[in-house]
Parts: sequence; C-alpha cells; structure tokens
Amino acid sequence: MARDYLYFPGCSLKATGVAYEESMQELFRILEMPLRELEDWNCCGATSYMAIDEESAFQLSARNLSLARQNGNSDLMAPCAACYLVLRKTQDYVKKYPRVHRHVAASLESAGLPMMDGVKVRHPLEVLYNDVGLEKLESKVVRRWRGGPVACYYGCQAVRPFTEVDRAHNPIRMDEIMKAVGVPTVDYSLKTKCCGGALTGTIHDVGVRLNYLLLKEAARKGANAIVTLCPLCQFNLDAYQVEIQKESGESFDTPILYFTQVLGWAFGADPRKLGFKRGIAGRKLLKQWFAEHAEVEQYV
Amino acid sequence: MDFGRTMKYQREAEPDWPHQLKQLPGCERLFSCIQCGKCSGTCPLSIYMDYTPRRIINLVREGFRNEALSSKTIWLCASCYACAVHCPQDIHITDVMYMLKREAIQHQMYPKRFPIPVLAREFYDLVRKRGRSSEFWLVLRLAMKSNPLILLGMVRTGFWLIRTGRLSLRSERIRGVHQLRRELATPKEAQ
Amino acid sequence: MFEQNGSVRIGVYICQCGTNIAATVDCRAVAEAAAEFPAVVVSRDYKYMCSDPGQSLIQQDIKEHQLNRVVVASCSPHLHEETFRKAVAVAGLNSFYMQMVNIREHVSWVHANRKAATLKSIDLVRAAVRRVARHRPLERGRVNIHPDVLIVGGGIAGIHAALTLANAGKKVYLVEREATIGGHMAKFDKTFPTLDCAACILTPKMTAVKNHPNITLWTYSDVSRVDGYVGNYKVQVTRRPRYIDEDLCVGCMECIEACVFKQPKFSDEFNLGLGKRKPIYIPFPQAVPPVAVIDPEQCIQFKSGKCKKTCVEACGDRKAINFGQQEETREIEVGTIIMSTGFKTFDPQRIPYYGYGHYPNVYTALEVERLVNASGPTGGEVICRDGRKPKTVGIVHCVGSRDERTNRWCSRVCCMYSLKLAHLVKEHTGAEIFNFYIDIRTPGKGFEEFFQKLLNEGVHFIRGRVAEVTDWALDPSEENKLVIRVEDTLSAFVRRIPVDMVVLSTALEPQEDAQDVRRLFNIGCSTEGFFMERHPKLAPVSTFTDGIFLAGCCQGPRDIPDTVAQAGAAAAEALALIDAGHVEIEPNTAFVNEDECCGCRTCIPMCPYSAITVNEIRRIAMVNPVLCKGCGTCVAACPSGAMQQNLFEDEEIFEEINGVLSYA
Repeated sequence: MARDYLYFPGCSLKATGVAYEESMQELFRILEMPLRELEDWNCCGATSYMAIDEESAFQLSARNLSLARQNGNSDLMAPCAACYLVLRKTQDYVKKYPRVHRHVAASLESAGLPMMDGVKVRHPLEVLYNDVGLEKLESKVVRRWRGGPVACYYGCQAVRPFTEVDRAHNPIRMDEIMKAVGVPTVDYSLKTKCCGGALTGTIHDVGVRLNYLLLKEAARKGANAIVTLCPLCQFNLDAYQVEIQKESGESFDTPILYFTQVLGWAFGADPRKLGFKRGIAGRKLLKQWFAEHAEVEQYV
Repeated sequence: MDFGRTMKYQREAEPDWPHQLKQLPGCERLFSCIQCGKCSGTCPLSIYMDYTPRRIINLVREGFRNEALSSKTIWLCASCYACAVHCPQDIHITDVMYMLKREAIQHQMYPKRFPIPVLAREFYDLVRKRGRSSEFWLVLRLAMKSNPLILLGMVRTGFWLIRTGRLSLRSERIRGVHQLRRELATPKEAQ
Repeated sequence: MFEQNGSVRIGVYICQCGTNIAATVDCRAVAEAAAEFPAVVVSRDYKYMCSDPGQSLIQQDIKEHQLNRVVVASCSPHLHEETFRKAVAVAGLNSFYMQMVNIREHVSWVHANRKAATLKSIDLVRAAVRRVARHRPLERGRVNIHPDVLIVGGGIAGIHAALTLANAGKKVYLVEREATIGGHMAKFDKTFPTLDCAACILTPKMTAVKNHPNITLWTYSDVSRVDGYVGNYKVQVTRRPRYIDEDLCVGCMECIEACVFKQPKFSDEFNLGLGKRKPIYIPFPQAVPPVAVIDPEQCIQFKSGKCKKTCVEACGDRKAINFGQQEETREIEVGTIIMSTGFKTFDPQRIPYYGYGHYPNVYTALEVERLVNASGPTGGEVICRDGRKPKTVGIVHCVGSRDERTNRWCSRVCCMYSLKLAHLVKEHTGAEIFNFYIDIRTPGKGFEEFFQKLLNEGVHFIRGRVAEVTDWALDPSEENKLVIRVEDTLSAFVRRIPVDMVVLSTALEPQEDAQDVRRLFNIGCSTEGFFMERHPKLAPVSTFTDGIFLAGCCQGPRDIPDTVAQAGAAAAEALALIDAGHVEIEPNTAFVNEDECCGCRTCIPMCPYSAITVNEIRRIAMVNPVLCKGCGTCVAACPSGAMQQNLFEDEEIFEEINGVLSYA
C-alpha cells in the first residue's frame, strides 16, 4: 500500500476544522499512506463564490487542479465536502460545457499553468472504503470503543451530484466502516439532510434550527455521538449546542466527531494527536468513555 | 390589512428571460419541470421560504423576474443539492438558484444590509486579494457591513473557538497570488 | 450509359406533403433541377403524391411519355413505398422500376435551413435517378401460411387471444412460464372502475381455455427456439418438470394436505411473499390447470431422498406424483405467433427514500391487492406486517414512473388502481386515506366518474410527489408512525403527514428477460424495453417480423379493457393471414453469382436467418429466398464478390453514391 495522496486541506481544515486535519494525518500515517499537502493551494471557490461569479469559482478550482496535475499522477484528496464538490463540479462542467472549457483553458494559459486533465479528486471516506477496504480496517483495530452507538451523518455535498463518496440516497459506507471497527451505528434518517452550511452565520435562527433537528433526531434514535465527514457540519453541530439548549430548553451535550478521529482512536493513535480537545460539546462524555486510558485530561 | 392586487397582467412577465437563462450551464432543462414538488418536499429549508423551490422554477419559466429575484427563497438555499439529486426531470435546481442569486446581486435586488450577499461579496474580495479565505476576518467584515450587533451573539462561540485553538487570527496569503490574479483577469466570452 | 436497359425514360415526382415538406424544401426547385438530369423525361411537384390524383398523374405520364422508370421523392418508404409500387404496376410497369426518396423524415423534418434542405433534396433525387436507371425487373414470391397459432404468455391477453382464435376453429398452442395461467389479473381483487371481482370474470375464461378442444395448454414451459418465417415457424417448447403427471392429477389437493410439512413454511410467490405455502402446492384455488407442483429446492425427497412420501401415499392409485419426471421438449409448426408476455412491476427498493424493504409497513400496490383479497393471505383483512390495523394510509402515486432516474413513461394504470385501492382499503378498514399524486389521469370510460366517487367518499387528494417516507418524528403525534413529507403543491407549502401504512403505486416495466425474448423471436424493442409495434397508430399489434403480433402489456402499460381489445386485434390479424392462405415475399433477397463463388463458406455463419447452405457437389453457396430477409450481411462479407442482392447490386449502389456526391 505504498500509494501516496496529494492532500487539499481547504481553508476550514486550517482553522475551525483543524481537528479534522490532525486526525486525518495521524490516521493515514498509521495506515502507511503518506499525504503530501498540495503546495500553494488556493481557496476552492466554494458555495459563496458560485453565488457571485460562477466562472471565477471554476477558475479558482482549476488552478488547484492544475497544480495537482503538475505534481504527477497522485489522486487529490479533499476532505472538506464543499471543496470536494466544487473541485469535481469544475471538472464535470469543463468536460460537459465547451464554453466553460474554453474559458478555463484560456485562464490557465494566461496564468502560465497547464490544463488540468485527468486529476482524480477523492474523499478520504471513499479512499478508506475503496483503497483500504473494510477487512483491512477491521484488522487494524486495537482499542475497544466504549462510546455506544453513534449516528453517521454524511451531510449534503459529499453525497450529491458529481461525487463518488457514496450513493446519494441512504449512503452506508461510513456506517459500514464504523461497524467494521467496532462502533455501533443507529438508523439515522437525517443522515443526508443539510446542516444549513453558512446559514448559521447569516440567517442565524434558521441555520441553528436545522442543527437542533439533527441533534434531536440523533438523540431520539439513541446515538451518543454524531460522526461527520465535513468541517462545516462538525462546526455547526458542535459550536451551537449551548445556544440550542438555551432556546429549546432541551439539554444537548453530544460529542460531534470526525470519522477520522474515531478511526484513529480505534487504531491506537496517540490520542493527543486526534484533536479531541478541539471539540466544544460533549467533552464530559468523551472523558467518561476514555476514562480507562491514562492522562485523559491531556487530550480531551 | 393590506389588500394589494395579486393578479398578474401578462405585460408584467418577461417571457424572453427564461429562454436566455436556459443557455446557462445547469439550467438547460428548466422547461422540463412537471411541477411535482419533489424539490420542495426534499429541501430542508423550504419550510422557511416565501416561495417553495417548485414555485421559483415556475416563476422563472413564466418570466416573472421581479418575483423570483426578490424572493427570500434564493437566499435561504444552502446549496445542499438535495433537489438536484431528487428532481425526476433532472433539473439542476441548485444551479438555477445560483444563477438567480448572481442576477439579484448584479441588480441589487435584495434587502438592504442583508447578510448573505454581503458575506458572498466579502468572501469574493478576500479570496481575490489573498488566494484563501480566513473565517475570522470574513465574519468580522460581514458584521461590519451588515449588522455589528451579530458579533455580540458570537462572543461565546468565539471564546470557545479561541480556547480550543480553532480560530486563526492570521490572514493567509498564497505565494502565487499574482498568478491567480492573472488567471481571474481572463475575460469571459461574450454570451 | 444506359444501353443495357434499352432507352431509359425516367419520371420524377416531388411531393409537397401539404406543408410537411414544402415548408422547408423548395419542391418546385427540386423538380426543376431534376428535369435537367440525364434520362429524365418529365419532372413535377404536387401537393400530395400519395392521393388518387397524385397517383393518376404518374400513371398518365407513364402512358403519355412512355416512362419506364419512376422516382418519387416524398416520405419514408415505410409509409408509401407499397402505394407507389402498386401505382406504377397498374400502369403496366414492373413495381421495382420505382425508387423512393425520403425527403420528409430525412430532410424537411430534421432541417431548418430551407436553402440547404433544398440542395440536399436535389442530391438525394439525383442519386435515385442514377440508381433507378440500373434497376432490373423483379417478381415477388409466395409462401403458404400454416393455420396453427402459437401464443406466448397466458395472462388475460393470451387467454383472450387464444379463445378468439380457437372459437374461430384454429388450433392454438398457449405456452405459459408459470404453473398456472391467469397472469397478473389473477392476483387482483377488484377491477376498476366497475369494481367487478377479478377472479369472477377471469376464472371462467381460464377454465374455458383448459376445456377448449382447439387449445393445447402448456404451463410451466418456455419457448426455447424459434426458426422459420411467416407462415412457417418451427418452434421448440421446453416443458419444465413439475413432478406431477398432468394427465393423472385431478387437483384434489390431498397430497398437499398430507405433505410431511404440517404447516406451510415457504414464501408463497403468488401472494408475493405475504403468505406461506408447502413444497408441494397449487398456486391458488382456481389455478388452471388445477395440477400441483413440487418445488425441488424445498422438497425433502429431492434434498435427501429420505422423505416418508406421504404425498404419494395420499395420491394412492392415481399415481400422479412422479419424482423422476424430466424436462421435455416439444417441436411444433405454426404459421403465426402472438406475444402476450406481460410486464413486471417496478422494484421500489430502487428508490431507497420510500423505505420499501426498510420499514415493514411500506407495501407495493400489488401486495395490497392480495391483502384486500378474500382468498389472500389474510383472508381479506388489511393487517400490516407489524400486526396493526391501519388508521391512516398514504398511497404514493408514480413510484418508478415519470422519473428520469427510473422510468420516464407514465404507467397509465396507476392512477386508477390507486383510486381503486383507496376505495377498497377504506371499505375494509375505515381508515383515513391520503393519495399523493402529480396528475390524476382518468381518461377511460367511467374513470373520471370513479374519481368523483372517491372525492365524495372523503379520500384526501394531495397534489405533490412524495419526497420521502421516514420514521423521523418531530413531535409526539408522529411517534411510531411513518411520516410522509411532501409539498402540497396546491396549497404551496410543505406538509408532514403521519400514517400507519404506505402503499407504493409501482410502475409497469418490461419483463426482466424482454431483451432475450425479443432476440429469440427476432422482434424489436423500443428504447424503454417494451416490444415495438410496426407502426404506433396504423399497425399497433404488428411487429417488424411478419407473422408475429403483440397483445397486452409486453408492448406498453395498459389496463384490462385495452389489453383485451388488443388481444382481439392480434387474433384478427393472425386470422387474416391464415384465411388468406399465403403471403407475398419481398424479392430484395441475396443471390449467388455461381461462376464466382469459391465455396469458402464465409457467408454461412454471418447469416442471422440461416438462409444460406452449401451445395457440396458443386461447392457453391445457395440462398433460400424465403428465409432471406435481405439484410445484406453476406453480400458485404463475401470475399469474392459472388454474393449479390436484388435491388442492392453493386452497380446500383455505386450509381447511387455517384449521384449523391456529384454536386450540381
């Protein structure tokens, strides 16, 4: 498995989603699958950009894809669902629409960059499922999960058009991976409902209300934690729990984890490197679950 | 109570408009809509919208440009693409929403100090200048330009983010920023 | 240039087809251009060449100008080639001295630029003019029609066609794959809009099939091979073993009673898995033939050889049970074939967000037909899989229909059967019923009236395609329910409706093996996979293969009245052929230039109709003109150029190419 991957962090994994980056790098180190960060990457041109200027969003993505192209034949791995979708949408539209193709080609040329053909954009969840496989993941487990059932939350953009993370309706790969490493999952009917994305910052009440529904249904189904694959989902579900609690009068203190954190934990990674400390909600529970391990205070 | 006229005269419609939109990527199948409402039913935000996504499609198709562009609906769309994977006629509704947002911004057809277009604009400028966005600076500038009071509500969240090391005050800037600007400066083809 | 044919005198006729052609092609200009081509004596355009005056125009010209070739530029030869061939024949010309040019489907309907379309028409006419000069006179052959008929599929379509033909005194073979005839209709409870009991109207016809002296019924059988051609098909039928001798079994069911399995244990296919049966069973009480079947996958005697064989004991002297029964093949000769192979219902697991297979109380409509049926697994009581009697029921229309992601077509019967089930479920349970529809389509006799009846019964009609069926409960009223989320498009807001039971009105699809069957019988399928009729309006029960006709849902979704009407039409088409006694065959067949054939046999495996054999003594290939369909494959494959085809001889084709490429 000496395959290496180019890694496209995107802006979130360098800030609010830093725990995602930390845990993913640790996880891939354990799996002996080295990650190389794409040098001098720029913003992917995500959601808000499309709303101002679609063609510029394609230009931004195109530069990243072109840089990846210059880096050889490695697949480009984008953990953030928004980055992943926009990179793939750009490829799709460049292929489908001659107008977009001409504009992107001309733009890259004037920047002195080669055309971006042939780069495969991947998501870590699907890399683990396809390139590593459930069997191998299962064989790597060294720690027992004591957190009880979790709700696997795929969010929206990772499982929508242009993507190959999983099927769009009732995706199951994260559930299968969790079960393979000994983490029970619940039948979470909201697994692909949107968290509101940037709405929590703009139309705050509406955005927060969506997250309330997600948390409530996960609890109703008996999940002790929610496992995510997108930095924005994690942020929204995590950061607004106090506020949700205040407004709904219902108590929530649910840990919101990245699937990479759970896997890293199961594979015996140094827990300090998995970023559990960076979560806001559910720290009390995490401490309970991990209590049998030494120095829990240091990493939760 | 306000009893305004709800009837529409045909002269108020712009029938050519949807035919232009049909040329844009993702909007080709606009006219295939059978008004089944699957998009609205599957949309997590339709419950807060003034027009459900299905009605927006019909407004666009019938050329009611003002109604479509000044709706709240287009700003509530969180680009989750649920409608796009559900639509039985394979209409890329998310792209239609993007297109409407762009046109509304272009013609200033949104409520004053409405945060979403402000955020989009700030994000756009930041990335143009530096190549990357920084969540901290983005939120700060959004607040200054829309409603500074929202910062108050964010104090607690901000506190926690700083405490957990998730709020980077540094403003990132890529090395190839000039290269990026050259790329972005490439003119579009005329329609 | 034309010496070999004597003096060639060609007439060219350009049809305007009303405005169908004239709107895009300047017909006058085409006619004027054609007048300049060599050997063209007369060239005209006219509003409708196919009309009587149009035809007599050609006939007069033939006499007046001593024409010996005719070119007609109009629509597709599929439509009017026969018309014009007959027209020239009446004027004393050989039919095959007429060549048609398609300037409608190939030009005016597909182009917008008038100038370019006119130039293209001129090129095509020039090609035809040069080609027709090389034509040779040809005569049609004749074949006799064998009077027996094969009907494939014993649903209501096959049953009705079989009885019609048998009553007309023709011998019919009815082949059915299942253990009983009756098809889907046998599973229905009531039929819309009259609410007649399906069994009451169907089973007398099933029994009539069994008792009719002119019908040979083979159930549990498949057609395994079809050879031959119109009038003379040779068909091989494989009869799978049911381990019961059909001639000895009287359907007393004592063997079933006596089976060592005291309780029914295995999923019952006839009840779609909602009930149970034993390894030896009769699909349902009125099955035809009323003969038991043994499932060797489940029967202990087959699995271990150590069963007490209480069934054999019970059968006693009749000795109908035969564990050693083998597959049999039968060879029959028939002149015509009617395909009535039916449809399959859409598998709703392909739409995961409707929860079929995930939530136990989500049903397909066909399953509910069995639930409300008095002879069904619950004796007609509507009880859900979790034991509850539903108080609210949601019926979801268009599941797998009108959807680019599954099937694009409207399945046509779902609106009406959904209304029927709404009525029946309400009658059985008193439940509150919600119908979720996109459009209510009730264009049949008495259908709209039935819809009115339902509206007045207080059934809810919500216009909107259901987005999802979920167990996501938002408040206590939704706990332990299935929640239907849908936009009520007429009220223009999203609604959540908690129900106990969901009924999915699934689409009608082509049979799983429709493609294999179509290849077996050498007929066509439309893109969606239903068998293709020869013409959607004017030959709706014929196929492109002469002597094979279509009836029922194998051609597309339709209801029972339409199916029966079509089955009658297919029977009439077969009768027309049989009573004519013979058909003419096209002369555009392949032939061998014996001097050039070296007997290399390249052509033999290429022929899809097995029409070529080799004369071993003379070592040359020979074509049977009755079997040859004129596809031309052998002509292209022949390395020595010995294989030629009437109407497509090399010089005819080269002249055509030269014509189309030599721009004016």
